[in-house]
Amino acid sequence: MDRIRRYSKPLDSLQSMLLIRAYEERLAALQAAAGLPGTCISVGQEASAVGVVAALNGDDLILTNHRSAGHLLARGADPGRMMAEVMGKRTGYCGGKSGSLHISVKALGVVLTSTIVGGELSLATGVALSQRMLGRSGIVVCFFGDGAACEGIFHESINLASVWKLPILYVCENNQWQAFVHRRETMRTDRIASWAAGYGVEAVTVDGNDVQAVQTATAEATAHVRGTSRPFLLECSTYRLRGHFEPDDQSYVDPAELAAWRTKDPVEHMKARMLQSGELDAQVLAGIETEIERQIDTAVAFAKDSPYPEFDQMTTDVYA
Amino acid sequence: MAEALAQEMRRDARVLMFGEGVATKRPELLAEFGADRVRNTPLAEAIIAGTAAGAAATGLRPVVDLLFAPFMTYAMDALVNSAGKLRFVSGGQFSFPLVTIAMSGGGWAVGAQHNHNVEAWFAHSPGLKVAMPSTAADFKGLLAAAIRDDNPVLFFADIGVLMQEGEVPPGEHVVPLGRAAIRRSGTDVTLVAYAKSVQACSQAADTLEAQGISAEVIDLRTIKPLDEMAILASARKTGRVVIVHEASRMCGVGAEIAALVAERAFDALRAPLVRLTGPDAPAAASYPLEQAFAPQPAAIEAAVCTLLRKRPALAGQVLATLDA
Ligand SMILES: Cc1ncc(C[n+]2csc(CCOP(=O)(O)OP(=O)(O)O)c2C)c(N)n1
Ligand SMILES: [Mg+2]
Repeated sequence: MDRIRRYSKPLDSLQSMLLIRAYEERLAALQAAAGLPGTCISVGQEASAVGVVAALNGDDLILTNHRSAGHLLARGADPGRMMAEVMGKRTGYCGGKSGSLHISVKALGVVLTSTIVGGELSLATGVALSQRMLGRSGIVVCFFGDGAACEGIFHESINLASVWKLPILYVCENNQWQAFVHRRETMRTDRIASWAAGYGVEAVTVDGNDVQAVQTATAEATAHVRGTSRPFLLECSTYRLRGHFEPDDQSYVDPAELAAWRTKDPVEHMKARMLQSGELDAQVLAGIETEIERQIDTAVAFAKDSPYPEFDQMTTDVYA
Repeated sequence: MAEALAQEMRRDARVLMFGEGVATKRPELLAEFGADRVRNTPLAEAIIAGTAAGAAATGLRPVVDLLFAPFMTYAMDALVNSAGKLRFVSGGQFSFPLVTIAMSGGGWAVGAQHNHNVEAWFAHSPGLKVAMPSTAADFKGLLAAAIRDDNPVLFFADIGVLMQEGEVPPGEHVVPLGRAAIRRSGTDVTLVAYAKSVQACSQAADTLEAQGISAEVIDLRTIKPLDEMAILASARKTGRVVIVHEASRMCGVGAEIAALVAERAFDALRAPLVRLTGPDAPAAASYPLEQAFAPQPAAIEAAVCTLLRKRPALAGQVLATLDA
């Protein structure tokens, strides 16, 4: 049974980030070792995923993109079924038809994951229109990258959302990279948030590596969206610490920039903060980490033991 | 179309319509159903189609007007990659009950960036359905069926047909998708067509009848799903098939039909298959050139006469050369 993950205290956020980190690092290791299909992982961006998702309500809907494992796990997706989907197994969330790149979990309100860069922006307006016209209270949260912001559809989406007063929280995860091209080569501004004003949309940039800052900013942003039924743009400034698509040797990345961002690793940052303040003790943390590794072991075993879909699944679910 | 839209919006509160100028150009719908369900949009086909896909997946049944078929290139991603594929890749978690309306083909003499028959592009894309009616009655009936369908349906309105008057059945009228109509029964040759080419075939059939040749005219009405049974049954009956459409020949709908007949009714054929189509060229704006782009009744008639003078099993080109 899929349950939406609840966040009531800082430790919940740390645990969620640790789970995402462990899941993705395991996936990358499995892929390096066994030649599984590659994936886009979000190591370094966990605070953005968890901070945003932790501040949402159970009836809010999420749209996301190719780098979505963090969003899904933060929302409560089962790592076993995620892993099974990546491996193309029948027990995956989409029966093995998605693979890692388009996982959606309707039961968790994670709808319409698009790996066409910008596809999530294209669909978000319609999902928000449904929410409003069908009298549902949940708002729509749309994760997209700095690269997607360069697609024309971003501009069409945010303009329509503004004009139609659609309840959408746009979350730009500005991780400085657009596949193998650095953001500074593709835009004249450092911030996507600064673009929103042109559409009459309010926006804020937050330190995307500070989970508590992201959560606070998201709570304010969602309050704005709920209160005004107008879109809002939240930009999480963060960094993709690993490559675009595993395996990736990152030979094209400036080592100094990478090293600088490594010192801001969001998971380490949160751990240190909680250990220092005494909210968490080292032994408890070690226990949590061991338990998460065990959970990932179980997930991998589940995925590996799961059967592939039958060949007849090649042509099912094409038409309703 | 106006009757179908009103009929379906009355029947189902989840149906709404939007597009560039929709609320302006359909004041009667706006008056009856209000500004929430009848909306103008910014000039932005990509987000119009994307919004339709997102809304369809989450409980609404949108109808969007994309104006002219060539403008659909801006909407391709939402239609092909989202509406057509996300049901499948989600393992059946979502469905996409939406309709796009776009005008297609010659009739308005405005040139190639307004006039382009692109229906085959979408028939080639999984997860989509394609309707292209030839009569006023079918405009109403097929549009109603498209709105009721739980899949994305691309509804192409042939401008040539739109500009004509025709009888529309009063009251509720629904024509199921995927069922061709036999517009005229015949025994010597089958003419397969859709949209404006159905009329050209019917006119050709009239003149052929005067010469003692009995032509059957099949109106596909929907290109996807394709009514294969109707095509094959007629091909088996007459043994001669001429396929006619305004869209260009290469990889057009006619190629699919020719392949279907060759694969599944070859034994019944008494003559080679013939395709009469628009040329592989953008459509000219100049009215006479625009009109000549679509296969004309005289050309259809001539093709049939050539076929009927042939003995079976002889290659068509040989005789054509001899004729020349
Ligand atoms: C329409 C489209 N163009 C190109 C790609 C290939 N591609 C996949 S992810 C990606 C980079 C996207 O950058 P961004 O939006 O910043 O997201 P990030 O990967 O950084 O999370 C590219 C170019 C694609 N999937 N879709
Ligand atoms: Mg990026």
